[in-house]
Amino acid sequence: MFAVEIKTEQASPTQIDTLPERTLGKPLLDKKVSMHCREVDVFYGDKQAIFDVSLDIGKNEVLAMIGPSGCGKSTFLRCLNRMNDTINSCKITGSIRLDGEDIYDPKVDIELLRARVGMVFQKPNPFPKSVYENVAYGPRIHGLTRDKIELDEIVKNSLMRAGLWKEVKDRLDDVGTGLSGGQQQRLCIARAIAINPEVILMDEPCSALDPIATAIVEELIDELRQRYTIVIVTHSMQQAARVSQRTAYFHLGKLVEVDKTDRLFTNPSHGLTEAYITGRFG
Amino acid sequence: MAAYWLGCRYSMQQVAGDRRQLHSMPRYYGYYVALWTALPAVFLLLLWRFLDQGLIVSMVAAELPDIIRNLPVAELHLYLNDVLNLAKGNITSADVDATMQAAADHFKHLQALSDMSLLASLIGMVVAGAALALRQINPEFRSRPRVETLVRWMLAISASIAILTTLGIVLSVLFEAIRFFQMVPVADFLFGLHWSPQVAMREDQVGASGAFGFVPLLAGTMLVALIAMTVAVPIGLMSAIYLAEFAGAHLRTWAKPLLEILAGIPTVVYGFFAALVVAPLLRDGGSMIGLDVSSESALAAGLVMGIMIIPFVSSLSDDVINAVPQAMRDGSYALGATRAETILRVIVPAALPGIVGGILLAVSRAIGETMIVVMAAGLTANLTANPLESVTTITVQIVTLLVGDQEFDSTKTLAAFALGLALFIVTLLLNVLALHVVKRYREEYE
Repeated sequence: MFAVEIKTEQASPTQIDTLPERTLGKPLLDKKVSMHCREVDVFYGDKQAIFDVSLDIGKNEVLAMIGPSGCGKSTFLRCLNRMNDTINSCKITGSIRLDGEDIYDPKVDIELLRARVGMVFQKPNPFPKSVYENVAYGPRIHGLTRDKIELDEIVKNSLMRAGLWKEVKDRLDDVGTGLSGGQQQRLCIARAIAINPEVILMDEPCSALDPIATAIVEELIDELRQRYTIVIVTHSMQQAARVSQRTAYFHLGKLVEVDKTDRLFTNPSHGLTEAYITGRFG
Repeated sequence: MAAYWLGCRYSMQQVAGDRRQLHSMPRYYGYYVALWTALPAVFLLLLWRFLDQGLIVSMVAAELPDIIRNLPVAELHLYLNDVLNLAKGNITSADVDATMQAAADHFKHLQALSDMSLLASLIGMVVAGAALALRQINPEFRSRPRVETLVRWMLAISASIAILTTLGIVLSVLFEAIRFFQMVPVADFLFGLHWSPQVAMREDQVGASGAFGFVPLLAGTMLVALIAMTVAVPIGLMSAIYLAEFAGAHLRTWAKPLLEILAGIPTVVYGFFAALVVAPLLRDGGSMIGLDVSSESALAAGLVMGIMIIPFVSSLSDDVINAVPQAMRDGSYALGATRAETILRVIVPAALPGIVGGILLAVSRAIGETMIVVMAAGLTANLTANPLESVTTITVQIVTLLVGDQEFDSTKTLAAFALGLALFIVTLLLNVLALHVVKRYREEYE
């Protein structure tokens, strides 16, 4: 992962206590849970990257994950749709369940899982194909449509929901990589929602975008919440505050605190969280 | 070496051992002196060697008796050649007489004189160069930029040698081809359907039609190249995909060089493999199922050539597939695509321009390939699309035209230049096309 912003090192806060024994705030929910994560540990070879994270992700909520670089938030995000499987040395223990089904069960079809848990990456990565083909890719490989008309419909709807339709409706045959950065990222979002996932993971989706494109994408995230569950990793605390209902603060591979976003930002329970959100380090 | 040491020492002496006062590091003063010592002397040596022979010979010629001097130019040359041979102790063609002996002695004398003066002036040049360079040295002397300029010039000269040589070859082929086209019309060459380059030397000679139709050769070349590509492209591409996407890092590190060794096997080895193993195998196999396979067939040559160019396709394809950003793969996997879907629908299309570039390079290699087709494809210029028959290619004909004793300016010999030019143009076009395609690919992700 590439950290985009430049950080100025500040003296580490003196009054910050050590990491808490267990996660503070409210990591677990009582009802309407989309994904259950329990006691998740992640290892890269011998190095442990995630320590004992237990967290529920509610249906139709936007959960923001914040924390300093290297705190494991992206790693944790990639566990949720098993993107870490592509890294050989990566080992995951604990349980992650999607609607009650353990996603690391050997019987689980990893392709179907990823169709249910979509992902948008830090850097826009449209395929070097036309705009249309980019969006049609998912429905095609999963055989979601019977004919061209249905596919056209899906492409159009996805682009509309991604707020891109007006801009690209006359250039569906243009190469996706020829769009502007913000448009490319919305194309990637359209591509992800074209297969109608339940959860969308976003890994710093705005860090390569300018402020205007960022605002558009943030608005989009808020709209997408009506239909999807969204987990977003971000380096921008303002962004977390703007788009999310709950926020999780990670530190050195541990989940320090999870709470309703406004409570976490106004009244953090832990010194580390407070130090981070007030900009004293990170 | 000595000059380098001297330059270093002298520059240090100038500042009494305090290198901080020097403009450049002492070794640059050393390089400067060394270069000035060596380069002029080397140039002098080359120039001298280039000129002295002609000069001495003309001096010897001037001393010859009038009778010989008034001989026709060709005979005079012959005579002078004899003199040279005599002087060097080789065999002469004419009988040695007193004049010739005298001339030879004169030549030897002049040669010795020339060598002596060369040595003297070389030493002079070395000393002068070194002294001149040493004189320039003082603490403010900016030796580093000077040395770097000199080095840059040397590099530029080296680079231009390759370019000039290419240019020279192209031009010489072009001019000889033009001479050929003065004898045989261009249209006959380009569109003629018959190739039998036997030119009658006497009026009554039999079997010398002297037809220079280029089409059968081009067709043969294309047929063999086509067969080669049908072998090389699928195998090369699939092995590239396997190596790039499936093979572990360990397998890759030894499998890829191993595959590239295929390209390192001398083509003559492939040639006799094709002629002695593959061709008889095809003939016997063909007769078993009732096909009449010629013992020298386009198929045999094409198959073996295909094996030979597999690494061109696979190695380049492997590189471009690896160059497809991981983000593309992630994007595809994140949409729930399987590995096969990702490879077929994202990676190969994204790498396609690069792959096509690699294939085009392989094609131009196949067209230019000589040894395999000489041995396995045959010599008769058949205009056929049947891969079981023997065909001939442009390169094979160039070889047969020039093998053996030839007049240097007969139509037959000059035809080789025309063929060479045609071959050159075809491969050049393919290369330009390949480079163009590869260049477009580079712009894809930026």
